[in-house]
Amino acid sequence: DIDNVGRKYHLKLVLEDIVEKDNIVNCTAEILYHLDNTNAAPDVHFEIEGELKNTEEQDNIFYNRIKSLKKELVAQNIPDSHGNVPPEMEPIRLLAQAAAGYVVWQNSTENTRYELAQIKRVRQVKRSDDYLEFDYMVLLHEFVSQEIIPWQMTVLWHPQHGVKVTQNSRQPKHAEH
Amino acid sequence: QIYGFMELLVAENPRLASKVEIGRSTEGRPIYVLKFSKGGSKRPAVWIDTGIHSREWVTQASGVWFARTIAVEHESDAVLAAVLDEMDIFLEIVTNPDGFVFTHTKNRLWRKTRSVHSGGLCVGVDPNRNWDAGFGGSGSSGNPCSETYRGPYANSEPEVKAIVDFVKEHGNIKAFVSIHSYSQLLLYPYGYTATPVPDREELHQVAEKAVAALASAYGTKFKYGSIITTIYEASGGTIDWTYNQGIKYSFTFELRDTGRYGFLLPASQILPAARETWLALRVIMQHARDHPY
Repeated sequence: DIDNVGRKYHLKLVLEDIVEKDNIVNCTAEILYHLDNTNAAPDVHFEIEGELKNTEEQDNIFYNRIKSLKKELVAQNIPDSHGNVPPEMEPIRLLAQAAAGYVVWQNSTENTRYELAQIKRVRQVKRSDDYLEFDYMVLLHEFVSQEIIPWQMTVLWHPQHGVKVTQNSRQPKHAEH
Repeated sequence: QIYGFMELLVAENPRLASKVEIGRSTEGRPIYVLKFSKGGSKRPAVWIDTGIHSREWVTQASGVWFARTIAVEHESDAVLAAVLDEMDIFLEIVTNPDGFVFTHTKNRLWRKTRSVHSGGLCVGVDPNRNWDAGFGGSGSSGNPCSETYRGPYANSEPEVKAIVDFVKEHGNIKAFVSIHSYSQLLLYPYGYTATPVPDREELHQVAEKAVAALASAYGTKFKYGSIITTIYEASGGTIDWTYNQGIKYSFTFELRDTGRYGFLLPASQILPAARETWLALRVIMQHARDHPY
Protein backbone atom coordinates (compact mmCIF):
# COMPACT_ATOMS: atom_id res chain seq x y z
CA ASP A 1 0.00 0.00 0.00
CA ILE A 2 1.23 3.49 -0.82
CA ASP A 3 -0.40 6.20 1.28
CA ASN A 4 -2.68 8.55 -0.63
CA VAL A 5 -1.65 7.02 -3.91
CA GLY A 6 -2.91 3.48 -4.18
CA ARG A 7 -1.76 -0.11 -4.07
CA LYS A 8 1.21 -1.47 -5.96
CA TYR A 9 1.76 -5.07 -6.96
CA HIS A 10 5.09 -6.59 -7.93
CA LEU A 11 4.64 -9.53 -10.25
CA LYS A 12 6.88 -12.21 -11.66
CA LEU A 13 5.23 -13.96 -14.52
CA VAL A 14 5.85 -16.26 -17.42
CA LEU A 15 4.53 -15.41 -20.87
CA GLU A 16 3.58 -18.41 -22.95
CA ASP A 17 3.01 -18.22 -26.67
CA ILE A 18 -0.54 -19.36 -27.45
CA VAL A 19 0.54 -20.68 -30.82
CA GLU A 20 3.87 -22.29 -29.93
CA LYS A 21 3.57 -23.66 -26.41
CA ASP A 22 7.34 -24.18 -26.00
CA ASN A 23 8.02 -20.52 -26.49
CA ILE A 24 8.07 -19.03 -23.00
CA VAL A 25 9.48 -15.75 -21.78
CA ASN A 26 10.04 -14.52 -18.23
CA CYS A 27 8.61 -11.17 -17.28
CA THR A 28 8.50 -8.88 -14.26
CA ALA A 29 5.90 -6.18 -13.83
CA GLU A 30 4.73 -3.45 -11.49
CA ILE A 31 1.07 -2.57 -11.37
CA LEU A 32 -0.24 0.45 -9.51
CA TYR A 33 -3.98 0.68 -8.84
CA HIS A 34 -4.90 4.29 -8.09
CA LEU A 35 -6.69 5.05 -4.86
CA ASP A 36 -8.89 7.96 -5.81
CA ASN A 37 -9.56 8.03 -9.48
CA THR A 38 -11.17 4.69 -10.20
CA ASN A 39 -11.69 5.84 -13.75
CA ALA A 40 -7.98 5.81 -14.38
CA ALA A 41 -6.41 2.67 -15.75
CA PRO A 42 -3.80 1.07 -13.50
CA ASP A 43 -0.20 2.07 -14.23
CA VAL A 44 1.74 -0.78 -15.74
CA HIS A 45 5.51 -1.09 -16.11
CA PHE A 46 7.10 -4.32 -17.28
CA GLU A 47 10.36 -5.86 -18.37
CA ILE A 48 10.75 -8.88 -20.60
CA GLU A 49 13.73 -11.20 -20.33
CA GLY A 50 14.85 -11.79 -23.89
CA GLU A 51 12.75 -11.25 -26.97
CA LEU A 52 9.28 -12.03 -28.18
CA LYS A 53 9.01 -14.28 -31.19
CA ASN A 54 9.33 -12.70 -34.62
CA THR A 55 6.04 -13.14 -36.49
CA GLU A 56 6.88 -11.15 -39.62
CA GLU A 57 6.18 -13.98 -42.03
CA GLN A 58 2.75 -14.89 -40.65
CA ASP A 59 1.86 -11.21 -40.28
CA ASN A 60 2.58 -10.56 -43.94
CA ILE A 61 0.68 -13.63 -45.09
CA PHE A 62 -2.38 -12.51 -43.14
CA TYR A 63 -2.00 -8.91 -44.25
CA ASN A 64 -1.76 -9.82 -47.91
CA ARG A 65 -4.67 -12.24 -47.69
CA ILE A 66 -6.98 -9.56 -46.25
CA LYS A 67 -5.73 -6.89 -48.64
CA SER A 68 -6.54 -9.13 -51.59
CA LEU A 69 -10.12 -9.90 -50.53
CA LYS A 70 -12.63 -8.76 -53.11
CA LYS A 71 -15.21 -7.88 -50.47
CA GLU A 72 -14.65 -6.58 -46.95
CA LEU A 73 -14.43 -9.36 -44.38
CA VAL A 74 -17.52 -9.98 -42.26
CA ALA A 75 -17.95 -12.74 -39.67
CA GLN A 76 -19.97 -13.69 -36.60
CA ASN A 77 -19.64 -15.80 -33.48
CA ILE A 78 -15.95 -16.53 -33.16
CA PRO A 79 -15.58 -19.04 -31.58
CA ASP A 80 -18.97 -20.59 -32.33
CA SER A 81 -21.11 -22.24 -29.66
CA HIS A 82 -18.97 -25.35 -29.76
CA GLY A 83 -15.67 -23.52 -29.45
CA ASN A 84 -14.77 -23.90 -33.12
CA VAL A 85 -12.75 -21.26 -34.97
CA PRO A 86 -12.29 -21.72 -38.73
CA PRO A 87 -8.53 -21.64 -39.44
CA GLU A 88 -8.76 -18.52 -41.60
CA MET A 89 -10.44 -16.70 -38.70
CA GLU A 90 -7.74 -17.51 -36.17
CA PRO A 91 -5.71 -14.33 -36.85
CA ILE A 92 -8.92 -12.30 -36.57
CA ARG A 93 -9.48 -13.86 -33.16
CA LEU A 94 -5.88 -13.25 -32.05
CA LEU A 95 -6.19 -9.62 -33.12
CA ALA A 96 -9.36 -9.30 -31.06
CA GLN A 97 -7.57 -10.76 -28.04
CA ALA A 98 -4.77 -8.23 -28.37
CA ALA A 99 -7.21 -5.34 -28.76
CA ALA A 100 -9.39 -6.62 -25.92
CA GLY A 101 -6.26 -6.69 -23.78
CA TYR A 102 -6.03 -2.95 -24.15
CA VAL A 103 -9.73 -2.46 -23.34
CA VAL A 104 -9.43 -4.74 -20.31
CA TRP A 105 -6.39 -2.84 -19.06
CA GLN A 106 -8.21 0.46 -19.36
CA ASN A 107 -11.15 -0.87 -17.35
CA SER A 108 -9.46 -3.00 -14.72
CA THR A 109 -9.53 -2.48 -10.98
CA GLU A 110 -8.39 -4.71 -8.14
CA ASN A 111 -11.90 -6.18 -8.13
CA THR A 112 -12.28 -7.15 -11.76
CA ARG A 113 -11.13 -10.03 -13.90
CA TYR A 114 -12.05 -9.76 -17.54
CA GLU A 115 -11.75 -12.39 -20.25
CA LEU A 116 -12.71 -12.14 -23.91
CA ALA A 117 -15.64 -14.54 -24.21
CA GLN A 118 -16.60 -14.27 -27.87
CA ILE A 119 -16.49 -12.09 -30.97
CA LYS A 120 -20.17 -11.52 -31.75
CA ARG A 121 -19.41 -9.92 -35.05
CA VAL A 122 -16.50 -8.39 -36.92
CA ARG A 123 -16.67 -6.17 -39.95
CA GLN A 124 -13.73 -4.99 -41.99
CA VAL A 125 -13.78 -1.27 -42.75
CA LYS A 126 -12.31 -0.12 -46.03
CA ARG A 127 -9.39 2.27 -45.75
CA SER A 128 -7.44 4.32 -48.21
CA ASP A 129 -4.13 3.95 -46.33
CA ASP A 130 -2.08 0.82 -45.55
CA TYR A 131 -3.77 -0.05 -42.28
CA LEU A 132 -6.33 -2.79 -41.87
CA GLU A 133 -9.37 -1.66 -39.90
CA PHE A 134 -11.86 -3.91 -38.15
CA ASP A 135 -14.99 -2.96 -36.28
CA TYR A 136 -15.53 -5.58 -33.58
CA MET A 137 -18.47 -6.24 -31.30
CA VAL A 138 -17.17 -8.55 -28.59
CA LEU A 139 -18.49 -10.03 -25.37
CA LEU A 140 -16.32 -9.65 -22.31
CA HIS A 141 -16.87 -11.95 -19.35
CA GLU A 142 -16.28 -10.24 -16.01
CA PHE A 143 -15.51 -12.96 -13.53
CA VAL A 144 -16.39 -11.45 -10.15
CA SER A 145 -19.85 -10.28 -11.23
CA GLN A 146 -20.14 -13.07 -13.81
CA GLU A 147 -21.58 -10.52 -16.22
CA ILE A 148 -21.32 -10.72 -19.99
CA ILE A 149 -20.60 -7.24 -21.27
CA PRO A 150 -20.93 -6.29 -24.94
CA TRP A 151 -18.14 -4.00 -26.06
CA GLN A 152 -17.45 -2.28 -29.34
CA MET A 153 -13.83 -1.89 -30.48
CA THR A 154 -12.41 -0.22 -33.57
CA VAL A 155 -9.05 -1.82 -34.25
CA LEU A 156 -6.30 -0.75 -36.63
CA TRP A 157 -3.46 -3.09 -37.53
CA HIS A 158 -0.40 -3.00 -39.72
CA PRO A 159 2.43 -5.57 -39.83
CA GLN A 160 5.07 -2.97 -39.03
CA HIS A 161 3.02 -0.62 -36.86
CA GLY A 162 1.17 -3.09 -34.68
CA VAL A 163 -2.26 -2.86 -33.03
CA LYS A 164 -4.16 0.33 -32.20
CA VAL A 165 -7.57 0.54 -30.60
CA THR A 166 -8.88 3.85 -31.89
CA GLN A 167 -12.34 3.64 -30.39
CA ASN A 168 -13.99 1.47 -27.82
CA SER A 169 -17.22 1.65 -25.87
CA ARG A 170 -19.23 -0.46 -23.53
CA GLN A 171 -22.60 -1.37 -25.01
CA PRO A 172 -25.96 -1.80 -23.29
CA LYS A 173 -26.92 -5.40 -22.57
CA HIS A 174 -29.19 -6.76 -25.29
CA ALA A 175 -32.73 -6.75 -23.98
CA GLU A 176 -32.85 -10.48 -24.66
CA HIS A 177 -34.21 -11.26 -21.27
CA GLN B 1 -30.68 -35.77 -26.64
CA ILE B 2 -29.16 -36.19 -23.20
CA TYR B 3 -32.45 -37.46 -21.81
CA GLY B 4 -32.51 -40.02 -24.64
CA PHE B 5 -29.00 -41.09 -23.72
CA MET B 6 -30.09 -41.56 -20.11
CA GLU B 7 -33.03 -43.75 -21.16
CA LEU B 8 -30.74 -45.95 -23.22
CA LEU B 9 -28.15 -46.22 -20.45
CA VAL B 10 -30.73 -47.36 -17.94
CA ALA B 11 -32.25 -49.78 -20.42
CA GLU B 12 -28.84 -51.31 -21.13
CA ASN B 13 -27.76 -51.48 -17.49
CA PRO B 14 -30.94 -52.27 -15.59
CA ARG B 15 -29.23 -53.91 -12.62
CA LEU B 16 -26.91 -50.98 -12.02
CA ALA B 17 -28.64 -47.86 -13.25
CA SER B 18 -32.03 -46.29 -12.76
CA LYS B 19 -33.53 -42.86 -13.41
CA VAL B 20 -35.26 -40.79 -10.76
CA GLU B 21 -37.35 -37.69 -11.38
CA ILE B 22 -36.68 -35.29 -8.51
CA GLY B 23 -38.83 -32.39 -9.64
CA ARG B 24 -39.76 -30.06 -12.48
CA SER B 25 -38.12 -26.89 -13.72
CA THR B 26 -39.85 -23.50 -13.92
CA GLU B 27 -40.81 -24.22 -17.52
CA GLY B 28 -42.12 -27.65 -16.61
CA ARG B 29 -39.23 -29.80 -17.73
CA PRO B 30 -38.59 -32.96 -15.71
CA ILE B 31 -35.41 -32.97 -13.64
CA TYR B 32 -33.74 -36.38 -13.72
CA VAL B 33 -31.05 -37.97 -11.60
CA LEU B 34 -29.29 -41.20 -12.53
CA LYS B 35 -28.85 -43.63 -9.67
CA PHE B 36 -26.04 -46.20 -9.81
CA SER B 37 -26.38 -48.89 -7.17
CA LYS B 38 -25.29 -52.47 -6.63
CA GLY B 39 -28.05 -53.05 -4.12
CA GLY B 40 -28.81 -52.41 -0.49
CA SER B 41 -31.19 -49.83 0.83
CA LYS B 42 -30.46 -46.13 1.38
CA ARG B 43 -26.74 -46.82 1.20
CA PRO B 44 -24.36 -43.95 1.92
CA ALA B 45 -24.10 -42.08 -1.36
CA VAL B 46 -22.04 -39.81 -3.54
CA TRP B 47 -23.80 -36.99 -5.40
CA ILE B 48 -22.43 -35.37 -8.55
CA ASP B 49 -24.17 -32.61 -10.49
CA THR B 50 -23.22 -30.88 -13.72
CA GLY B 51 -24.76 -28.05 -15.71
CA ILE B 52 -26.24 -26.00 -12.88
CA HIS B 53 -24.98 -22.97 -14.82
CA SER B 54 -26.26 -23.68 -18.27
CA ARG B 55 -23.50 -21.98 -20.30
CA GLU B 56 -20.83 -24.25 -18.83
CA TRP B 57 -21.28 -26.83 -21.58
CA VAL B 58 -18.13 -28.85 -20.84
CA THR B 59 -19.82 -29.90 -17.58
CA GLN B 60 -23.01 -31.46 -18.96
CA ALA B 61 -20.89 -33.18 -21.59
CA SER B 62 -18.57 -34.50 -18.87
CA GLY B 63 -21.60 -35.67 -16.91
CA VAL B 64 -22.68 -37.79 -19.87
CA TRP B 65 -19.17 -39.25 -20.05
CA PHE B 66 -19.15 -39.99 -16.29
CA ALA B 67 -22.46 -41.86 -16.64
CA ARG B 68 -21.16 -43.97 -19.48
CA THR B 69 -17.89 -44.64 -17.67
CA ILE B 70 -19.65 -45.80 -14.51
CA ALA B 71 -21.82 -48.15 -16.57
CA VAL B 72 -18.88 -49.55 -18.52
CA GLU B 73 -16.22 -49.73 -15.79
CA HIS B 74 -18.18 -50.58 -12.65
CA GLU B 75 -16.53 -53.98 -12.54
CA SER B 76 -13.23 -53.41 -14.32
CA ASP B 77 -12.15 -50.34 -12.33
CA ALA B 78 -11.19 -51.63 -8.87
CA VAL B 79 -11.60 -48.23 -7.25
CA LEU B 80 -15.05 -47.71 -8.75
CA ALA B 81 -16.10 -51.27 -7.92
CA ALA B 82 -15.02 -50.82 -4.32
CA VAL B 83 -16.96 -47.56 -4.05
CA LEU B 84 -20.11 -49.17 -5.49
CA ASP B 85 -19.77 -52.11 -3.08
CA GLU B 86 -20.49 -49.73 -0.23
CA MET B 87 -22.08 -46.64 -1.75
CA ASP B 88 -24.56 -45.49 -4.37
CA ILE B 89 -23.72 -42.78 -6.91
CA PHE B 90 -26.28 -40.16 -7.89
CA LEU B 91 -25.55 -38.13 -11.02
CA GLU B 92 -27.61 -35.16 -12.16
CA ILE B 93 -26.42 -34.19 -15.62
CA VAL B 94 -28.77 -31.39 -16.69
CA THR B 95 -29.26 -29.59 -13.43
CA ASN B 96 -30.67 -26.49 -15.13
CA PRO B 97 -32.71 -27.78 -18.10
CA ASP B 98 -34.49 -24.49 -18.91
CA GLY B 99 -31.18 -22.64 -19.01
CA PHE B 100 -29.63 -25.39 -21.09
CA VAL B 101 -32.37 -25.16 -23.73
CA PHE B 102 -31.97 -21.38 -23.76
CA THR B 103 -28.24 -21.69 -24.47
CA HIS B 104 -29.10 -23.75 -27.52
CA THR B 105 -31.92 -21.60 -28.83
CA LYS B 106 -31.36 -17.98 -27.82
CA ASN B 107 -28.27 -17.10 -25.84
CA ARG B 108 -25.24 -19.35 -25.63
CA LEU B 109 -23.93 -17.46 -22.60
CA TRP B 110 -27.04 -17.77 -20.39
CA ARG B 111 -26.13 -18.75 -16.83
CA LYS B 112 -29.21 -18.60 -14.65
CA THR B 113 -32.57 -20.33 -14.44
CA ARG B 114 -35.49 -18.96 -16.48
CA SER B 115 -37.83 -17.95 -13.70
CA VAL B 116 -39.61 -14.61 -13.51
CA HIS B 117 -39.94 -12.88 -10.14
CA SER B 118 -40.98 -9.48 -8.85
CA GLY B 119 -42.45 -7.64 -11.78
CA GLY B 120 -40.62 -9.46 -14.50
CA LEU B 121 -38.14 -6.86 -15.65
CA CYS B 122 -35.48 -9.52 -16.01
CA VAL B 123 -35.45 -13.30 -16.09
CA GLY B 124 -33.58 -15.83 -14.06
CA VAL B 125 -32.00 -16.55 -10.70
CA ASP B 126 -28.42 -17.69 -10.16
CA PRO B 127 -28.98 -21.24 -8.92
CA ASN B 128 -25.63 -21.11 -7.15
CA ARG B 129 -26.69 -18.18 -4.97
CA ASN B 130 -30.14 -19.50 -4.12
CA TRP B 131 -29.20 -22.00 -1.39
CA ASP B 132 -29.90 -21.49 2.30
CA ALA B 133 -26.34 -20.84 3.44
CA GLY B 134 -25.44 -17.23 4.03
CA PHE B 135 -28.40 -16.45 1.76
CA GLY B 136 -28.65 -12.76 0.99
CA GLY B 137 -25.04 -12.00 1.78
CA SER B 138 -22.78 -9.67 -0.13
CA GLY B 139 -21.49 -12.49 -2.29
CA SER B 140 -24.73 -12.35 -4.27
CA SER B 141 -26.96 -9.69 -5.82
CA GLY B 142 -30.48 -8.48 -5.05
CA ASN B 143 -30.89 -7.16 -8.58
CA PRO B 144 -33.02 -9.48 -10.76
CA CYS B 145 -31.07 -8.37 -13.83
CA SER B 146 -27.77 -9.48 -12.35
CA GLU B 147 -26.02 -12.73 -13.22
CA THR B 148 -25.62 -13.45 -9.52
CA TYR B 149 -29.22 -12.60 -8.52
CA ARG B 150 -29.99 -14.66 -5.43
CA GLY B 151 -33.75 -14.86 -5.96
CA PRO B 152 -36.55 -13.56 -3.74
CA TYR B 153 -35.85 -16.18 -1.04
CA ALA B 154 -33.73 -19.29 -0.53
CA ASN B 155 -34.85 -22.31 -2.56
CA SER B 156 -37.19 -20.17 -4.65
CA GLU B 157 -35.92 -22.05 -7.70
CA PRO B 158 -37.53 -25.44 -8.29
CA GLU B 159 -34.22 -26.70 -9.67
CA VAL B 160 -32.60 -25.97 -6.32
CA LYS B 161 -35.54 -27.06 -4.18
CA ALA B 162 -35.62 -30.41 -5.97
CA ILE B 163 -32.08 -31.17 -4.84
CA VAL B 164 -32.65 -29.83 -1.33
CA ASP B 165 -35.70 -32.08 -0.92
CA PHE B 166 -33.85 -35.05 -2.35
CA VAL B 167 -30.83 -34.62 -0.09
CA LYS B 168 -32.94 -34.18 3.03
CA GLU B 169 -35.20 -37.09 2.18
CA HIS B 170 -32.28 -39.39 1.40
CA GLY B 171 -30.47 -38.43 4.56
CA ASN B 172 -27.37 -40.50 3.82
CA ILE B 173 -25.35 -38.59 1.29
CA LYS B 174 -21.70 -38.52 2.31
CA ALA B 175 -20.01 -36.73 -0.57
CA PHE B 176 -21.45 -33.94 -2.73
CA VAL B 177 -19.69 -32.59 -5.81
CA SER B 178 -21.03 -29.75 -7.94
CA ILE B 179 -19.30 -29.19 -11.27
CA HIS B 180 -18.80 -25.86 -13.03
CA SER B 181 -16.50 -24.21 -15.53
CA TYR B 182 -14.20 -22.39 -16.06
CA SER B 183 -10.98 -21.62 -14.14
CA GLN B 184 -9.39 -24.97 -13.29
CA LEU B 185 -10.06 -25.03 -9.57
CA LEU B 186 -11.10 -27.54 -6.92
CA LEU B 187 -12.92 -25.79 -4.11
CA TYR B 188 -14.33 -26.64 -0.70
CA PRO B 189 -16.56 -24.50 1.59
CA TYR B 190 -17.09 -21.74 2.59
CA GLY B 191 -17.89 -19.06 0.06
CA TYR B 192 -20.13 -16.94 2.27
CA THR B 193 -17.69 -16.45 5.15
CA ALA B 194 -13.97 -16.34 5.74
CA THR B 195 -14.37 -18.59 8.78
CA PRO B 196 -12.68 -21.89 7.84
CA VAL B 197 -14.75 -25.04 8.00
CA PRO B 198 -13.92 -27.35 10.94
CA ASP B 199 -12.81 -30.05 8.48
CA ARG B 200 -10.53 -27.72 6.56
CA GLU B 201 -7.36 -29.78 7.04
CA GLU B 202 -8.89 -32.98 5.77
CA LEU B 203 -10.71 -31.35 2.85
CA HIS B 204 -7.51 -29.58 1.86
CA GLN B 205 -5.61 -32.84 1.82
CA VAL B 206 -8.28 -34.63 -0.19
CA ALA B 207 -8.27 -31.74 -2.67
CA GLU B 208 -4.50 -31.95 -2.94
CA LYS B 209 -4.66 -35.65 -3.80
CA ALA B 210 -7.54 -35.16 -6.21
CA VAL B 211 -5.75 -32.37 -8.07
CA ALA B 212 -2.60 -34.49 -8.36
CA ALA B 213 -4.64 -37.36 -9.82
CA LEU B 214 -6.24 -34.94 -12.27
CA ALA B 215 -2.87 -33.62 -13.39
CA SER B 216 -1.57 -37.14 -13.97
CA ALA B 217 -3.69 -37.45 -17.12
CA TYR B 218 -2.61 -34.48 -19.26
CA GLY B 219 -0.64 -32.23 -16.93
CA THR B 220 -3.57 -29.85 -16.45
CA LYS B 221 -2.94 -27.64 -13.44
CA PHE B 222 -5.74 -26.95 -10.98
CA LYS B 223 -5.50 -24.66 -7.97
CA TYR B 224 -7.40 -25.62 -4.82
CA GLY B 225 -8.66 -24.13 -1.58
CA SER B 226 -11.80 -22.74 -0.01
CA ILE B 227 -14.21 -20.83 -2.24
CA ILE B 228 -13.74 -17.47 -0.55
CA THR B 229 -9.93 -17.57 -0.55
CA THR B 230 -9.51 -19.09 -3.98
CA ILE B 231 -12.16 -17.59 -6.22
CA TYR B 232 -14.38 -14.94 -4.61
CA GLU B 233 -17.01 -14.34 -1.95
CA ALA B 234 -20.21 -16.15 -2.91
CA SER B 235 -23.29 -16.32 -0.70
CA GLY B 236 -26.06 -18.88 -0.92
CA GLY B 237 -23.87 -21.43 -2.69
CA THR B 238 -24.58 -25.12 -3.12
CA ILE B 239 -21.74 -26.73 -1.24
CA ASP B 240 -21.90 -24.29 1.67
CA TRP B 241 -25.44 -25.56 2.23
CA THR B 242 -24.56 -29.23 1.77
CA TYR B 243 -21.61 -28.92 4.15
CA ASN B 244 -23.82 -27.29 6.77
CA GLN B 245 -26.23 -30.20 6.34
CA GLY B 246 -23.45 -32.45 7.53
CA ILE B 247 -22.12 -33.63 4.16
CA LYS B 248 -18.45 -33.33 5.00
CA TYR B 249 -17.00 -34.08 1.58
CA SER B 250 -18.54 -31.15 -0.27
CA PHE B 251 -16.55 -29.94 -3.26
CA THR B 252 -16.98 -27.74 -6.31
CA PHE B 253 -14.94 -28.10 -9.48
CA GLU B 254 -14.27 -25.40 -12.02
CA LEU B 255 -13.14 -27.26 -15.14
CA ARG B 256 -11.07 -26.13 -18.17
CA ASP B 257 -9.90 -23.72 -19.30
CA THR B 258 -8.48 -20.59 -17.67
CA GLY B 259 -9.98 -18.06 -20.04
CA ARG B 260 -8.69 -18.54 -23.54
CA TYR B 261 -11.93 -20.17 -24.66
CA GLY B 262 -13.74 -19.99 -21.33
CA PHE B 263 -17.31 -21.18 -21.67
CA LEU B 264 -16.83 -21.86 -25.40
CA LEU B 265 -14.41 -24.72 -24.85
CA PRO B 266 -13.69 -26.56 -28.13
CA ALA B 267 -15.41 -29.91 -28.39
CA SER B 268 -12.01 -31.53 -28.85
CA GLN B 269 -11.25 -30.77 -25.21
CA ILE B 270 -14.35 -32.43 -23.78
CA LEU B 271 -12.96 -35.95 -23.54
CA PRO B 272 -9.65 -34.91 -21.95
CA ALA B 273 -11.51 -32.65 -19.51
CA ALA B 274 -13.93 -35.42 -18.56
CA ARG B 275 -11.17 -38.03 -18.22
CA GLU B 276 -8.94 -35.92 -16.02
CA THR B 277 -11.86 -34.80 -13.84
CA TRP B 278 -12.98 -38.38 -13.38
CA LEU B 279 -9.57 -39.24 -11.90
CA ALA B 280 -10.12 -36.52 -9.30
CA LEU B 281 -13.68 -37.71 -8.62
CA ARG B 282 -12.36 -41.23 -8.01
CA VAL B 283 -10.05 -39.89 -5.32
CA ILE B 284 -12.91 -38.10 -3.60
CA MET B 285 -15.27 -41.09 -3.83
CA GLN B 286 -12.61 -43.50 -2.60
CA HIS B 287 -11.82 -41.25 0.35
CA ALA B 288 -15.50 -41.00 1.26
CA ARG B 289 -15.83 -44.77 1.06
CA ASP B 290 -12.73 -45.38 3.20
CA HIS B 291 -13.66 -42.76 5.78
CA PRO B 292 -17.26 -43.40 6.76
CA TYR B 293 -18.79 -41.04 9.24
